[in-house]
Amino acid sequence: MGDLWDAIVEAMRLIVSLDPEVMEIAWRSLWIAAISSGVSFLLISLPLGCLIHFNEFPGKGLVIGLIQTLFSMPAVAVGLIVFVLFSRSGPLGVLDLLFTPAVMIIGQIILVTPVTLGLVISALRGIDKAVPETAVALGASPWQAALVTVREAKFAIVTAYVMGFARAISEVGVSIMVGGNIRGYTRTLTTAISLETSKGAIEFSLALGFILIFIALLVNVVLFQLQHRRVYALWRS
Amino acid sequence: MEEILSTVFEVKKTLKVRRSCKWLVLLIGLILVDLLAGCASNEDNAVPALPKKGRLRVATTTSLYDTGLWGYLEPMFEKRYGVELDVLYAGTGIALEYGRRGDVDVITVHDRAREEQFIAEGLGTERVPFAYNYFVIVGPEKDPAGIRGLTPEEAFRKIEETRAAPFISRGDESGTHVREKQIWAGAGYNYENIRKSGDWYVEAGTGMGATLAMAAEKGAYTLSDVGTFLAYQSKTGLVPLVSKGAGLLNVYTAIVCSKTKSREAAENLVTFLTSEEIQSLIGRYGAADYGAPLFTPCAGQPEPTS
Repeated sequence: MGDLWDAIVEAMRLIVSLDPEVMEIAWRSLWIAAISSGVSFLLISLPLGCLIHFNEFPGKGLVIGLIQTLFSMPAVAVGLIVFVLFSRSGPLGVLDLLFTPAVMIIGQIILVTPVTLGLVISALRGIDKAVPETAVALGASPWQAALVTVREAKFAIVTAYVMGFARAISEVGVSIMVGGNIRGYTRTLTTAISLETSKGAIEFSLALGFILIFIALLVNVVLFQLQHRRVYALWRS
Repeated sequence: MEEILSTVFEVKKTLKVRRSCKWLVLLIGLILVDLLAGCASNEDNAVPALPKKGRLRVATTTSLYDTGLWGYLEPMFEKRYGVELDVLYAGTGIALEYGRRGDVDVITVHDRAREEQFIAEGLGTERVPFAYNYFVIVGPEKDPAGIRGLTPEEAFRKIEETRAAPFISRGDESGTHVREKQIWAGAGYNYENIRKSGDWYVEAGTGMGATLAMAAEKGAYTLSDVGTFLAYQSKTGLVPLVSKGAGLLNVYTAIVCSKTKSREAAENLVTFLTSEEIQSLIGRYGAADYGAPLFTPCAGQPEPTS
């Protein structure tokens, strides 16, 4: 218990004193996870999820099953695959991206896309088929009917983004494998925790862990506000 | 974007739904802000990386990282040569693999046989020894197997025979792990049999610092380079039990990898490590904190053999 308490105090001290190295690492964790989950959600999962949900094609169930299976893709395995691809002797080696933040983002996109995609699809599936059918009956085009469904599924869709962000900011396997945990360049909160723990600096590691949780809390408060505002508006109307 | 927005408004009108996709627009907006913030700071970081003068990568054995030596030397090198030095810590096994694949420019490792093989395969130009120290067999103060003062081989035999305390192995093909295997062989054991012989033999699969922490936690024996051991001594409470004997010499070398694309900077790094000034800093490193220097510099001298 003493350890935990000391760590909480240490975390507070690091946050309040704006310890430059810790702030830098925390900020890097945040923006790398925000970009990877943002790209994954906006550019891949939202459009692709709609495409899969609103179209009937053979093997659709299989595709969805496969996406859900990939939820449990281990981060280190993704890290290893990305490492082999981007290593200088690998097929994408000419890009010279290994051990940079860019390749960490690529790895995280691969890691979180099954989660965001799967949750977008299941969010859409959760909406009664009567909703788009009614919209069509009221004269909506198929596009508009789809939009109505998307809108109805909004809470669950926001959750898809939140889950993607959560998986990205909390993973360590990809970051350490392809980022290399380079001080001042690719070190994030999770890779720093792994290093500091191996050095025996348990208290400092725990403090970093609390900072990570604190960041997750802040992000969730912002997103919750977003959802909540709509709840409030609905209740009023 | 405008098209999407106008579609959104169309739907709004047609279906007469209030605040139609406001939440989605808000969320997208938020993520875009995130992205922009991210891109902005990404550029900050990328600025020194873009012109290829930029970065030099060295993969180092964990002992030179866990002792803090690389953290100490890195800023000096960066300042002197105007190069961003990226230090990747890894066991000798993975460091050599990074070098083989061309992912790093320089490696600093400590496993003579594999270094020589690396050079023979044309993957590196030359082994440059720059520092050495010794391996030590460390364990709990009360020494349950009674190995204090024995030769390394005798000590290993005693640990295996009594099994009075666990033995923690790095188990990661690092230089230290390879040395451990050599000592087992020297003591007359087949290493594969040792690995399978029971719970007393633990393969940690991690760096030197973490292995020492584990040994302390379990009251176990382990083989360590003396530098990392001294740096961790106060935290772990382990004591050195065997520190003399042929086969405990531990030489660190720097090798410029043949596949490097920044040969000049890579050679600068080796020049830097072997320069008189840095050699003397290496020779004093740790003395103030641990009571004794962690490394003995040896650049420009014949490679020590015992």
